[in-house]
Parts: sequence; C-alpha cells; structure tokens
Amino acid sequence: MQKITRDVLVSKAVSLLENGTVNAVLGWGKGEFVYDVTPTMFETADEIRENFVWNDFCGANFSKYLVSKTKKIEGKILVFLKPCDTYSFNQLLTEHRFDREKVYVVGVPCEGMADISKVKALAGEGIANIDFTDAGLVVTNFYDETKTIAYADVMAERCVNCKSKKHVAFDELLGETGEVISSARFDEVAKIEAMTPDERFAFWQGELSRCIRCNACRDVCPACTCEKCVFDNPNSGAENKAPATTFEEQMFHIIRAFHVAGRCTDCGECSRVCPQNIPLHLLNRKFIRDIDNFYGEYQAGAEVGSRAPLVDYTLDDLEAADVFERREEE
Amino acid sequence: MQRIGVFVCWCGSNIAGTVDVQAVSDALKNEPGVVFSTNYQYMCSQAGQNMIIDAVKEHNLTGIVVCSCSPRMHEATFRKTAAAAGLNPYMVEIANIREQCSWVHKDMLTGTEKAVILGKAAVAKVNLNTPLTPGESPVTKRALVIGGGIAGIQTALDIADAGFPVDIVEAKPTIGGKMAQLDKTFPTLDCAACILTPKMVDVAQNENIRIFSYSEVEDIKGFVGNFDVTIKKKARFVKEEICTGCGACVEKCPMKKIPNEFNLGMDNRRAIYIPFAQAVPKVATIDPNACNMLKNGKCGVCSKVCTAGAIDYTQKDELISEKYGAIVVATGFNPISMDKFDEFAYSQSKDVITSLEFERLTNAAGPTAGKLLRPSDLKHPHTIVFVQCVGSRCASCAEKGKEYCSKICCMYTAKHAMLVRDKYPDTEVYVFYIDVRTPGKNFDEFYRRAVEEYGVKYIKGMVGKITPEGDVLKVQASDLIANKQLHINADLVVLAAAIEPDKSARPLATMLTASMDTNDFFTEAHPKLRPVESPTAGVFLSGACQGPKDIPETVSQASAAASKVIGLLCKDKLTGNPCIASPDELMCNGCSTCANVCPYGAITYEDKEFMMPDRTKSIRRVAQVNPAVCQGCGACTVACMSGAMDLRGFMGSQIIAEVDAICK
Amino acid sequence: MQVNEYRPLIVAFCCNWCSYAGADLAGNNRLNYPADVKIIRVPCSCRVNPMFILRAFQRGADGVIICGCHPGDCHYTSGNYYTRRRMALLFSMLDYLGIERERTRLEWVSAAEGAKFAATMNDFAQKVASLGENKRLEDLRCKK
Repeated sequence: MQKITRDVLVSKAVSLLENGTVNAVLGWGKGEFVYDVTPTMFETADEIRENFVWNDFCGANFSKYLVSKTKKIEGKILVFLKPCDTYSFNQLLTEHRFDREKVYVVGVPCEGMADISKVKALAGEGIANIDFTDAGLVVTNFYDETKTIAYADVMAERCVNCKSKKHVAFDELLGETGEVISSARFDEVAKIEAMTPDERFAFWQGELSRCIRCNACRDVCPACTCEKCVFDNPNSGAENKAPATTFEEQMFHIIRAFHVAGRCTDCGECSRVCPQNIPLHLLNRKFIRDIDNFYGEYQAGAEVGSRAPLVDYTLDDLEAADVFERREEE
Repeated sequence: MQRIGVFVCWCGSNIAGTVDVQAVSDALKNEPGVVFSTNYQYMCSQAGQNMIIDAVKEHNLTGIVVCSCSPRMHEATFRKTAAAAGLNPYMVEIANIREQCSWVHKDMLTGTEKAVILGKAAVAKVNLNTPLTPGESPVTKRALVIGGGIAGIQTALDIADAGFPVDIVEAKPTIGGKMAQLDKTFPTLDCAACILTPKMVDVAQNENIRIFSYSEVEDIKGFVGNFDVTIKKKARFVKEEICTGCGACVEKCPMKKIPNEFNLGMDNRRAIYIPFAQAVPKVATIDPNACNMLKNGKCGVCSKVCTAGAIDYTQKDELISEKYGAIVVATGFNPISMDKFDEFAYSQSKDVITSLEFERLTNAAGPTAGKLLRPSDLKHPHTIVFVQCVGSRCASCAEKGKEYCSKICCMYTAKHAMLVRDKYPDTEVYVFYIDVRTPGKNFDEFYRRAVEEYGVKYIKGMVGKITPEGDVLKVQASDLIANKQLHINADLVVLAAAIEPDKSARPLATMLTASMDTNDFFTEAHPKLRPVESPTAGVFLSGACQGPKDIPETVSQASAAASKVIGLLCKDKLTGNPCIASPDELMCNGCSTCANVCPYGAITYEDKEFMMPDRTKSIRRVAQVNPAVCQGCGACTVACMSGAMDLRGFMGSQIIAEVDAICK
Repeated sequence: MQVNEYRPLIVAFCCNWCSYAGADLAGNNRLNYPADVKIIRVPCSCRVNPMFILRAFQRGADGVIICGCHPGDCHYTSGNYYTRRRMALLFSMLDYLGIERERTRLEWVSAAEGAKFAATMNDFAQKVASLGENKRLEDLRCKK
C-alpha cells in the first residue's frame, strides 16, 4: 500500500492549479475498473477532486507524455513522478525532448506498484472492486466474494527489483525521497546467459512467438519518442507495419532494444503494457548489463546531459570478438 | 522509374578470363530499371566512354552501372563520362567485378554468378540514386593564429608573406612565447633572442599582421572559410597606440615587489611593466592585482611621469568581433607543476629548479645577468645534478606525471650541461637519465660532445631522493650500469620537468569542436598524412599544442600549417563533397544524439515551426548539417534512432536495396 | 566441385578507405577467397546500421561481416570506435537470443592487408559454412 495518501496529492494539485503555478495537471485518472488507471490531463480543480486516482495501480510513467503535452498547453504542467519515472524525465531532458521550464515536477514516493495479472492469477477474473487496506488488497468479485492478498505477492516485477527510490529530478517533493538500491534486477538476465545457446533460443522463441506486434511497448516507452518510428517510415527501407516474413517481429524487438540501448532507464513500462506478457525488459536489461560490464556502470537519466555509452568511446574499448570471452570469464 | 544502362567491361582478359561478360550483360538486362545493357573490351578507354555517352543519348538513360574494376580506380573517370553525357555524375555506380571477383575466383561459373549478383546490387542502388550537387561556400580571406610563440609567429609570417591578412591573439602582454625565455638553442648554441627577436620585429612591422596581445579568444562560431570569432582584449590600462615603451613609468612605479613571471618569479617587477626589453608590442601593462591606483585609487605616479599621456586607469576589457577563413592553433606548452614531486625537494629548497628556470638563470637578461649563481645564496655552484624525465615517461605515476616522452629534455639538458662546463670548467656536472634520446640532425653529435669534449658525467639511473641539508642538497641516486647507490652533495639540482599543453587549449578545443587526446594535445586529421590539420575543417595545428616539439620541428610544422592555410585562403569558394549527411526535418527529434557522434561538429540545431499532423503549428528543435563541414562518414545516421538522418550517396534505403539484391 | 554442395551466403560491409582497399589489394595479389562473400561498400564502418545486418539475415544471409580501419586509423578519426561499441553490443544480443555467434564478425583490415582480408574471408566463410543455413534467426519467432 502507498504510504502517501491521495488527499495529499489532490490538495497539492489543486493548490498549484488554483494559485496559477501550473495550468494543467498530468496525473492518474479513473478508468473503467479500479485497477484500470488512465493517464489524464486535468485542467480544473473539480476534475481533480472527482477523478484523480492514487493507488497501487498507478504504474504509468508520465515522462513521455510531456513531449507532446508541453507543446499543446500554455504555461506549466504539473506532473507527478515516482522515483523511477524521474530517470526517464532526465533522459528526455538530455535529449531536448521538452522544455524544462514548462514543467513543474512533484516527486511522489512509491512503495512499489501491483501487477494486475498477478492479482488476477491469485483472485481470479471478474474483479469488481479492490480496497487497499493495511492487511493487503481486498479483492471483491462480481459475486461479492472477497479475498485478501498480501501486497508482496502481487508486486510488479520491476518493483520487486526496484533500482532506486531516489528522485533524480523534482521541483517539490511530497514525503521523502529514498536511495538508489542495489537490486537483483540482472539475475534473470544472468540466468538466460548461463543457458546453452539452444536453451536460450528455445526461451526466446517461446516468448517472442507470442508477439502480436501491437506496438504497445513502443508506444509506452519513454525512450521511444521519435517523431516517426523507422518502422513506420516508407523511406527508411525498413518499413513494416504488419509482418511479411516471420523474421520481422524479432527484427523489430532487436532494433527497438538497440535504439534504446544506453538510453533505456529500465522503467519497465514495456513489460507492464505488453498484452502478451513478453518479458521485454529482459532485452533492455541485457543491453544495460553489457554496457555496465563492457564500458563501466551507466544509469541513463541519473544526470541530465550525461553522454550515453553508444555515443561515446574510449581508445581501448573491448573488441567485439572479445565480448563472449568476457562473459565466460564472469 | 530510372532508365539504367549497364556497361560490362572485359578489362581485356582480366575480367573476361574468369567472368562470362556476355552472360553478365544479358542477365542484367532484365533487372528493374535497366533499359540497355552491353559489354566492351575496355570501358575506361576513349572508345568505351564514347559508347556510354552515345547510349545515354540514344536510350535517354538516367543512371549508369559500370561493371568493371574497383571504384577506387575508375569511379571518378566514369563520373566525368556521365557529366560529359549530360547526366549528374552521382548517377553512376560501379560493380567491382575485377578486384573483388574475377581476380579472386578461378572458376568461370562462380565468377560469372557472383558478377551478376554484384551487378544486380549496383542496379538496385542506382534505382534509388538521386542527382547530387556539391555545396559551395565563400572563403573569408583572413587567418587567425591563436598563440604568439615561435609557432604562431612563423605561421603568421608565412601567411602574411603570401599576401593574406593575419591576426595573432596572444594571452601575454608580448609575443615571443617560451622561446623568448630561452638562453641558447640546441644543437647550434645560437642565442634564442638573437634569432627570435628579429622575427618578432618582422611581425610588428608586417602590414598584413595585427597583434592582439594581452587578449584571449572568447568565442568561435561558424565553420571552414567562415569563422566568427570574438576576441577579448583585456584592459592593460595603457593606451597601446600612444605608449612609446620608454619605460619611465616602470622606473618610477613604487610597487616593486611583484614576482616577475617572465623570470619565473626569480626576481621582481613593478606593478606597471614591460615583460622584457625586446617585447612586441613594446607597450607597458598595468597589473590590476598589484597597482595601488587601481586597487585603492591612491598613487597615479605612472600617469604623472608619462609624457605621452598613455596611462588610462579607466580602460575596460574590449570585445572585438572578426571573421576568419582559417584558424591556426599555436597555444604551445608549459612545464608541469613540480608540486607533487616531493622526493626532489622542489618546494623545500630554492636551489632545486626546473630547466626553464635554469634557462633564465644563465640568460644574460635574466635575474642574475647571466651569471650562474644559485638562487638561495647567490653563490656559484660547484656541483650540479641534472635529473631527466621528471614526470615524463611516467606510466606508473600518471596521477602526477605524464605517460609520454617530452622529447626536448634530453637535448636541452645536454645543452645546459655543456654550457655550464664551458663557462665554469671547475663545476662537476652529473646527468641522471633513463635513456638519452637524440634523433634529429646533429643531435647525437651534440650529445656526444657534451660527454666526450665537455666531460659531463652521464649516469643511467634515476634520482630517488633529494634532501636539503645546510647549504647542500644530498642527492641519493642509483647507477644502473655500475649497479650501485650514489650519494652526491650537490649545490644545485635542475629538474627536466615534463611539458604539457597550455591550459587554454582545452576550452579552445571545445569552442573549435576540434578533438584532443587524453593528454589534451590536439589530434591531427591523420597521424601520418595530415599532421598539421585538425579533423575540424579549417582548423590547423602549429607547434607543441599538437605534441612535444623542439624549435626546428615547431618551425617546420608552423610553415606547413601556413601553407595549408594559404591553400585554403587562395580559393574564392569551397566546394564540398556532396555525399554528406542530410536530416529529414519532419522526422528529426532534435535529440542531439547525432551531434554527439559527429567528429567534425558539423551538426547544429535550430528551432523551426512545423505544421503538425493535427494541423496545429509547433516549434521543434531540428538538426542542421553544415555541408562545408560534414565529411560524410555516416556515424550520425546510425546514431539517429528515427532514421531522420541519412547519408547522401549511401542512403539507408540504397544499402538495404543492395543487401536485398545480394540476398535474393 | 559438387553441384549441390551447400554454399553459404555472406555479406561483407567494407569501409571505403581501409577494408575495401584491402579487398582490392587481395584482388591485385590474386588471393583467393570464396565467391560466397559479397562486398557492400560503405564510407566508414560506422555507416553500418544494425538494421542492415538484420535485414541481410532476414533475406537469407548466413553470415555478416563488417570490416573497418584499425582503431586509431579511421579516415574519419573516430567512426570505427563507435562501430566497435555498437557491434559488441549487437553481437552479444544476438548471442543472448541463442543465435550462433559465429555468424557475425567485426574485423579490422587496413588497405595494406590484402592477405589478411583474404584469410579473414576464408576463415569466416568456412565457419559459417560449417554452421549450415541460417535457420535460427528466421525461426526465432515461430514456436513449433
């Protein structure tokens, strides 16, 4: 359960909107179901009081929305950012994707978000309501049956392996900021690396074969903010909207991971939104782990203006041929 | 749709020997876009070229594929042929079926098969070719030389002699640099001032040269042929054009205890000063940190004694903007600080000095009027120890020294040792060295003379510790050849301090977008073939800013840089390479990733207004490529995620078409 | 030579200034290497987009090799340093997906190294041939 309450966020948003500091508020809004939280632009205090949501399903990272919203709204936008969201925010600033002056960042602490598919796995389908109590999530279904589930049992993968509770960017903080955490986020990657090539192949074949190429991962990714994606551009020579050969999805996923390599902050949004539950973060984390191993530790978005590893080099970098040796030594 | 002509060359039997040229031209006839296909004995011959020209006219060809030798051989030839036929020269592609096919494959069947595939790839590429025109930009016929040492002086003189105006920007009140501080020069032992000062006078008198002394480069914008430079002329509180350099003000200035930089602090100067007698411009400068008038408003003596009325206490820094076609960096070097070398007791004893201090000590215009007296008690030293490689070749002590060899120390130490033994034969002179490196004309002979004729004691080994005790310096050292420890009681120790680039070089490199190595030396465009050019077009390197150098080497590099500048300024217009990066502004994110990988600083960003798909107007930051600066490597095209950045002549779609043709 | 013997399809990207010239030198010296190798000329190895490599695999290439100037010798001073990082990461990723690591290679070949060019191509072609057709990348998605 989140320690900070909805009331604190709402009164902050309302006061900043009413005193004219900001002209709009980017926050989590009511969806169809309690777990169905939708990123929403609020422009009046009433809307905020009515529809603003803050609960354990507020996973959405708003950084990316600022790219388009700051161009559309006059004046400043208030955005609520959780610690991991602030890294994406900084990375976008590094890439000049929006004007910092147009944004008012309120940092909110995060205790980890819940993964609805884990909730459904434990409580079953047909969820009518969820109450957030000290004992855990109290899930009520359409037959008025209730079930209490511990928060730890439904925490999203990215939150189990949270890399940082520290806000790296904010104008104002609600509650307190935390520390960078040494998490076990690369354990899964290491596990795959330890497999034989055949096992690795089988693993990824199993995962990637589920891809329906809905582009949700691309659309949510705060590193994928291109005006037009190469895969949508007929002049790139690589346009493909629907697969013509069986290879095109892998090409999409490999190139997408490559394009965000060194820029991906590991916010985990890609895996969160994948309707097929493909662990896409394992592709990104592979690049992050390799970059850390080959070129020294680098956290995208930790600082504004830092030079991403793929646009940098040293004279005595690892040779491509030695990559595998390096890994086998570990 | 293109109308492509394919021309398969036999190259005598060079190609036709292992490739069935008829089969190749027949196979390519059916490729998309191909309307004509033929083969001929020697396509590069006049007859062959005429065949191409005729075919262009007869079949209204828009593109040409020549299957022949390497494009490195005849691409230029066939581009000219295309131009002669009225086509854009960049509508030609070469399929290399000689070096990369007929010459490396023995079997006719495989050779022919591969030649057809290479031809198809070329056809696929030409289908996507677009006419390219090289951009042109004008050239401002004026050069800027940054740094007024011997490197900058020589470069400026050479450029001015060719008839182009040159400005020298020098941070100090006078030009002359390090060479002006030296006593004698190796290996001829002529006096530095005697050969340098006439050149300084030449600079002052040359109508094509302007000197901005006591000035710094504040900002640089623009690109080759068109640099906009802002120069900050610091207030010297003396009107330069009026001051006659008579020195009356200096004589009467009551502030007498200011350490004299020119003599490395070994004596004092006044608050108003002229660095040395032959300074150019010979103009007084007031040190604002020392002058009582400027600090407290009390004094004004210099103003009273100046009959010319040149003193102006209200002078302010002045910003000067000027346009230049070329920039030469000649920022030079400095000895490294000896603060971290406690073992040599540099900061504990006045009698441990650096080689540059030693130069001043033996210089007739120096603090001791050229008499070799040790700084502590002004007594004549009888035992002198020279220590080489202090901070040079210091791989294990990178935190205080430098990994590289400073190059000049072996020779100047031999010079110092020789001069001491020559003037004061009663002096014992020891030189401790790791190696003595004397490549250079008459260098080894010079060193041998120091050892053989002058009896300088060269000892291979390093000095471990120097301890001042009373009025002697106890030198503890090892002799690696005799394999024993030595203890010498020295009166004076001279440290051959490593040299490093001037501190001003790093910010300057940033302004110039010129690259530097890890030691802050400027990198050259090619280490062997373009040693005086920076990778940034229009920026040239002169002297020790590029790496340690002695005077002869500096002067030859300075002249070489000047000749490159003259070659550039001679042109009225610069014609670029048309195969350069070009961004699609509609797709550009303005993320700066491309600019981060550009080795030439060719990419800048502009805020432009765009009509968005939802019909609203929006201001977006988009990349702009400067065609005069881009060299067409393509690093940016891969860095660009959205694919907005493409490379003309090697477009992503063209390369993908080649890949597809090969993999079909 | 047997008619039906399996021959791999190899795409080689060569930088114009060093490796393409090295390939020309191999030709000048008549140093044989398999005709399976087809060269695409690029100005610098840093022009090679991972997209091109995957596209080659998609369209049926069995191996892709990128050749550039030796580190420190790049005509454009730093292009090959970027290539080195990009390819190290890309090759590692392909390996992570279970694709044979022998199918990709990055090699530094100077304009003077005709012999090295030929030897590299011989070695690479042989290794790729021994792996057989590149089915894996194609099959990565289709779970049987």
